Amino acid sequence: MRRLLDARTGGLLALALIIALLPLILPNKFYYDVAIKTALNALVCVGLNLLIGYAGQISLGHAGFFALGGYASAVLTARYQWNGFAAMAVGMAGVGLLAFIVARPILRLRGHYLAMATLGLGIIIAIVLNREIPITGGPDGMTVPALRLGEWRLIGTTTWYWISGGVLLIAVWLALNLIDSGVGRALRALHGSEVAAETVGIDTTRYKVLIFVISAVFASLAGSLFAHAERFITPTEAGFMRSIEFVTMVVLGGMASTYGAVVGAAILTVLPQLLTKLHDYEHLAFGAVLILVMIFMPKGLVPTLQNRLRHLVGGQPR
Amino acid sequence: MSVLTVENLSKGFGGVQAVAELSFSITEKRIHSIIGPNGAGKTTLFNLITGIYTPSSGRISLLGDDITGLPTAARAARGIQRTFQNLQIFFNMTALENVMVGRHLSLRPRLLPSLLRLPASARADRETEAQAADLMAYVGLGKWLDADADAMPYGALKRLEIARALAARPRLLLLDEPAAGLNAVETAEIDELIKRIAAGGTTVVLVEHDMKLVMGVSDHILVLDYGRKLADGTAAEVRANPDVIRAYLGAGAA
Amino acid sequence: MAEFLQFAFSGLTVGAIYALVALGFALIYNASHVINFAQGEFVTIGGMATVALMTGGGLPLLLAIPAAVMITALVGLALEKFAVEPAIGRPGGASVVTIIIITIGASIFIRGVVQVTLGKDFHRLPAFSGEAPIDILGARLQPQSLWVLGVTLLVVAALWWFFGRTRFGKAMLATSHNRLAAQLVGIDTRLVLLASFGLSAALGGLAGILTAPITLTKYDIGIMLGLKGFAAAILGGLGSGPGAIVGGIALGLAEALAAGYISSAYKDAVAFIIILVVLFVRPSGLLGGRSTERV
Ligand SMILES: Nc1ncnc2c1ncn2[C@@H]1O[C@H](COP(=O)(O)OP(=O)(O)O)[C@@H](O)[C@H]1O
Ligand SMILES: [Mg+2]
Repeated sequence: MRRLLDARTGGLLALALIIALLPLILPNKFYYDVAIKTALNALVCVGLNLLIGYAGQISLGHAGFFALGGYASAVLTARYQWNGFAAMAVGMAGVGLLAFIVARPILRLRGHYLAMATLGLGIIIAIVLNREIPITGGPDGMTVPALRLGEWRLIGTTTWYWISGGVLLIAVWLALNLIDSGVGRALRALHGSEVAAETVGIDTTRYKVLIFVISAVFASLAGSLFAHAERFITPTEAGFMRSIEFVTMVVLGGMASTYGAVVGAAILTVLPQLLTKLHDYEHLAFGAVLILVMIFMPKGLVPTLQNRLRHLVGGQPR
Repeated sequence: MSVLTVENLSKGFGGVQAVAELSFSITEKRIHSIIGPNGAGKTTLFNLITGIYTPSSGRISLLGDDITGLPTAARAARGIQRTFQNLQIFFNMTALENVMVGRHLSLRPRLLPSLLRLPASARADRETEAQAADLMAYVGLGKWLDADADAMPYGALKRLEIARALAARPRLLLLDEPAAGLNAVETAEIDELIKRIAAGGTTVVLVEHDMKLVMGVSDHILVLDYGRKLADGTAAEVRANPDVIRAYLGAGAA
Repeated sequence: MAEFLQFAFSGLTVGAIYALVALGFALIYNASHVINFAQGEFVTIGGMATVALMTGGGLPLLLAIPAAVMITALVGLALEKFAVEPAIGRPGGASVVTIIIITIGASIFIRGVVQVTLGKDFHRLPAFSGEAPIDILGARLQPQSLWVLGVTLLVVAALWWFFGRTRFGKAMLATSHNRLAAQLVGIDTRLVLLASFGLSAALGGLAGILTAPITLTKYDIGIMLGLKGFAAAILGGLGSGPGAIVGGIALGLAEALAAGYISSAYKDAVAFIIILVVLFVRPSGLLGGRSTERV
């Protein structure tokens, strides 16, 4: 456990250092923006990984929660002149409540049925955002006012770089704490064997609901920050492909690895930017990368590389 | 005093009557064994007692309280623990963490303190870890503390399940074939471990095929056949029962 | 009455398409417990390949259709051989999530290929036998709808014969009931898996061709069709053939009636609302069986 503690502080320090030093090599606004998107995607993935990687429950609808958070901020600040932080909090509470209400029936489902239900929920959210044009602006999206802290308007890529980086760091810290606690062990236990978890007294339904809600709230927060950082949001953020993107980030980086979720988010946010150079071949290449990584590294990048490394330094391979 | 009372319990799967009109009771601080040929309904009975299956009819009570409708986790909270014939290990965790999960009911982890890793929560965690390590030593797994569960041999996993169940400090411990697949030395160790557990005040219900083990440790034996009670009593009584000799012991032990 | 019939006709037509896609899901699921998220792309390929063969290759419709079905089937076989097989053939197999990501990767890849080779525009196939609507009790029925329903019926009959009467069809059924037992009696379950991908791709391709004259076709038409086909398969109970058909028709009808009588803006949401409600009430679909997990 001492070692785990060291890995935790060590990893957090490394992440903090990367966030602090990255600006030295970011050449311009465009790259700052990619970094912001990376951090916010990573924020969603750190939460989603708690659900998928640790508790073993799939969700193909988390983009819905992300977009709901974003639109809560957008609509409440733009149309009702709310304070941005209040809107953000209400968004998180609302999304948390929605997740709580649907979690019980949804999480009774297993495997593909769970995939279907979460997918359906996400798509319904996307359709509502598309259709309620008077409120959301419809498919064209809507502009979002700047977030204000007192008199200070939080605008510009540098400001948002530090905000999203800081929030990500805190989220990673929270997630690591949770995993290494009794709650985290209960989650991993119900993944390992639901029957055995129940048998030692874990109310597995309660824990599934809990982690579903937490991951939805993470996504909502990321969505709100995204809306204010980009000053614009469209219903594509709720779409099926966006949900898939989040899951892919988690799986590619490595399930049940918080840093894996961050790495996965970084790669899949940066990669498409690089692939745009391929123009029309972008999707083709992206699909091929997904297939290849899943075939050759089914455990995901970070756990696979960790094992190789451990192997190299002479430890036991896993 | 009776810890567990089972009355007219039945469970069918399609055409198969796995447990039929079964009644018996288990007295405190003893070792009870349930024997019977494969398919006699022993595992199904454990699944009914722990609430993993719902009975077709009948009643189960623990210390006088009806628990028939309670979910599995609630029964654990009332002091029932078990091991599994087909291992149910948390293979995604270390051995020590498996046993720590067994402390769940006493640890009662709360969300916010866990998220923030408040000092009290961290302290409780360290205590749990120490208790789990002690338990692993108690069942003879001292050298496997940091091992990943999926890297451990079968025999060690059988004990790991026992340690995990003990971590919950059960009043009633159900062991489903703890010696199956073990060699003679390992079986003798399990034998000794079961006696130690019972001596510590836990009521043990043992399902086992190893007759030497069963006859040696049991205060009381229940014989099942096709889900029905064939006989029960002390080892000597059961051994002398003509039905049992004919149906079950006849081939080997008699 | 006329109005209702009108909605029912269009519901049945879309429902038949959903049913074909759902059957594809069920076939593959039965052979391997894999959910193939690239199922919708088979629909895309069917329609787009027919268009390409006719406009680019100058083939007549009658030749272009079987050729396009063949092409789609080949893509299905390739998908199994090069993407799914390497993952599930590994010792220890692959997790549900891994396979989901692989087939999603494949769907993105296929869309990419179609987009690069055939562009991003809408394409149209001519209706198979003219466009003069038939008047039935005041409702207008497109001849193409009759083609869709007729061919779907034929396909269902052919599948029924295949699984009930042929040796290989029975082998596929046996594999879906108990893979290990099927292997023990000498069934080549890998071949069964390969065949299930080929067959379900052919079904998807056919669906894409049938619907192209009505809905037009485009490189990304498969996303929504695939998801709704999945919903139909789940609605009927995953892995059940009759369930897939009932699920598909039910979703198609519900969608058309809701669009007609309630709101067309939420037409696409209907299928997913229904599936959520059904799953909340019956976690294993309408015709899916319940089972006690064994420990
Ligand atoms: N989940 C289940 N589904 C169907 N049949 C079952 C299930 N569990 C047990 N059975 C059947 O119940 C009978 C008793 O099985 P079991 O309790 O495992 O016997 P034992 O543990 O005494 O060997 C057997 O015929 C078995 O096939
Ligand atoms: Mg048994």
